[in-house]
Amino acid sequence: MSGYFITLFTGAKSLLVGMGVTLREMFKPVVTVQYPRERCAITPNFRGHTILVRDAETSTHRCISCKFCQMDCPSGCITVISEKREGVKGLTLLSYKLDFTKCSLCGICVEVCPTSALAFSAEYELAGFASDEFRYDLLRYMEEKL
Amino acid sequence: MHGTLQITAEIVRILVALVVVIGFTFLNVLLLGYAERKISGRIMRRPGPMEVGPQGLLQLVVDGVKLVAKQFITPVESAGPLFRVAPLLAFMPVGLSFIVIPFSNRLQVRDLDTGLVFMLTVMSLNTFAILVAGWTSNSKYSLFGAIRSVAQSVAYEIPMLLSLLSIVFTANTLSMKGIVLAQHPVWYVLVQPVAFLIYFIAGLAETNRAPFDLPEAESELTAGFHTEYSGMGFSMFFLAEYTNMFFVCSLAVVLFFGGWSGPPLPFMDYTGAVWFLLKVYLLLFVMIWVRWTFPRVRFDQLLNFCWMYLIPFSLVNLLLTAVVVKI
Repeated sequence: MSGYFITLFTGAKSLLVGMGVTLREMFKPVVTVQYPRERCAITPNFRGHTILVRDAETSTHRCISCKFCQMDCPSGCITVISEKREGVKGLTLLSYKLDFTKCSLCGICVEVCPTSALAFSAEYELAGFASDEFRYDLLRYMEEKL
Repeated sequence: MHGTLQITAEIVRILVALVVVIGFTFLNVLLLGYAERKISGRIMRRPGPMEVGPQGLLQLVVDGVKLVAKQFITPVESAGPLFRVAPLLAFMPVGLSFIVIPFSNRLQVRDLDTGLVFMLTVMSLNTFAILVAGWTSNSKYSLFGAIRSVAQSVAYEIPMLLSLLSIVFTANTLSMKGIVLAQHPVWYVLVQPVAFLIYFIAGLAETNRAPFDLPEAESELTAGFHTEYSGMGFSMFFLAEYTNMFFVCSLAVVLFFGGWSGPPLPFMDYTGAVWFLLKVYLLLFVMIWVRWTFPRVRFDQLLNFCWMYLIPFSLVNLLLTAVVVKI
C-alpha cells in the first residue's frame, strides 16, 4: 500500500519537474538561424574548394606552374595548363582546372604548394543543375571573385 | 402581429448566434493552432512558423485554404455515406455546446437547468464520431484508433463525471450559471483541488491530447482514426478537436475558476467575457505545455492510471464532499 502512494508522489514530482524544464526552455532564446536571412560565422578551419590566392603585393596569383599539386592529387582532379612566353621568366599560367566533382578536400595540394598559392575557400553554398558547374577554372575564379 | 414579430426576432437571434458561433470556432482554431505551433517551437528553442505573414501569423489561414482546396478522397472499400457523415458528426457538438457556456452574466444563449449534463453529453458525442470514422474507413489504422479512443473515453469518462459530481454536490445545482454564481467568494479550485486535477487529466484524455493521444498516435497508427480523411473531412476533425479543447477548458473555468468573475470592468455583464476567455486561454496554454512536455503513455499504462489512481481518488473525493455537505 505504501508503494502505491510512493509511486504516486514520485510520479507527480517527476511530471512537475519535467514541466519546469520545458517552461524554462521556453523562455530561453531561440537557437535556430533563419538561414537565407541570417548566416552563421564560418570557422577559419572550414575546407571549401581550393582557390588561387591573390597576392597582396603583386595583385596576382603566386602559381609558378610547378604542377606538384597536379602530381600529388590522389583523385587526379587538378589540371594545370601553362606555356613558356618570350621575355617572361618561368612559365605563365593559362588555366588551373579543378574538377570539384572528384575532389575529396584532402588538402594535399595546399600542403605541397611551394609558393603557398593555394588556400581553402569558405564557399559552402554549392548547388547546381549540371556537373559541369563544378569543374572550376581557379584562375578565372580568382580574377572574377577575389 | 405581435407573435410574428417575436418569431422573426427569435430567428434573427438564432442566425446571429450561429454566425457568431461558427466565426468564433474558426477564429479559436486559428489562434490555438498558431499558439500550439509557436509554443511547441519555443519549448524546442526554434521560432515556429515564420514565413507567412509577420511572425508566421497567417500560416494557419494558408493551411486552412489549402485544406479547403484539397480533394475529399473516399476510399473504394469504405462505407460511403457513413464515411462522409463522420466528420460532420464530429463537428456537430461544436454548435450545441456553445448554447450553455456562460461567457459572462448576459452572454449566454440558454441557461438550461441541466446545463452541465447537456454539455457533457454533447461533448461525449465526439467519441461516437471517432468510432464511426474509424469503423467506416476500412483501414486497420483507423479501426485501431477508434477502438483505443472508445476504450479511453469509457475509462476516463468515469473519473471525470465523479469529480464533476462532487462540484455539483458543493454548488447544489446543475445550471452552468448557477455554478458560477455559487463560487462567489471562493473559487472551487481552492475548495476541490483534487476534483480539478482529476477533471483536467480526464479532460486531456477526452480530447485525445498528448500524453493520452493514443487514438491518433502518429508513430504507431500513422494518423489513427482520421488516416483516410483528406481535405475538408480532415479539417472538420481538426476543428472539432481544437474546439473540444476549448470546451474542456471553458467547462473547467465555469466549474473551478469562477467563470466570468474577476476585477470589475465597465459593463461587467458583457465584458466579463474578457476574464472568462483569459482564464480559458491560460488553461489551454497549460494543455499545450503538457503536450510538448510528456511522451505518449502506453495503452496499459493509460488504463492502469485511470483505474488505479483517478477512479479511487475521485470516489474518495466524492465521498468526503458528500459527508462535508451533509454536515
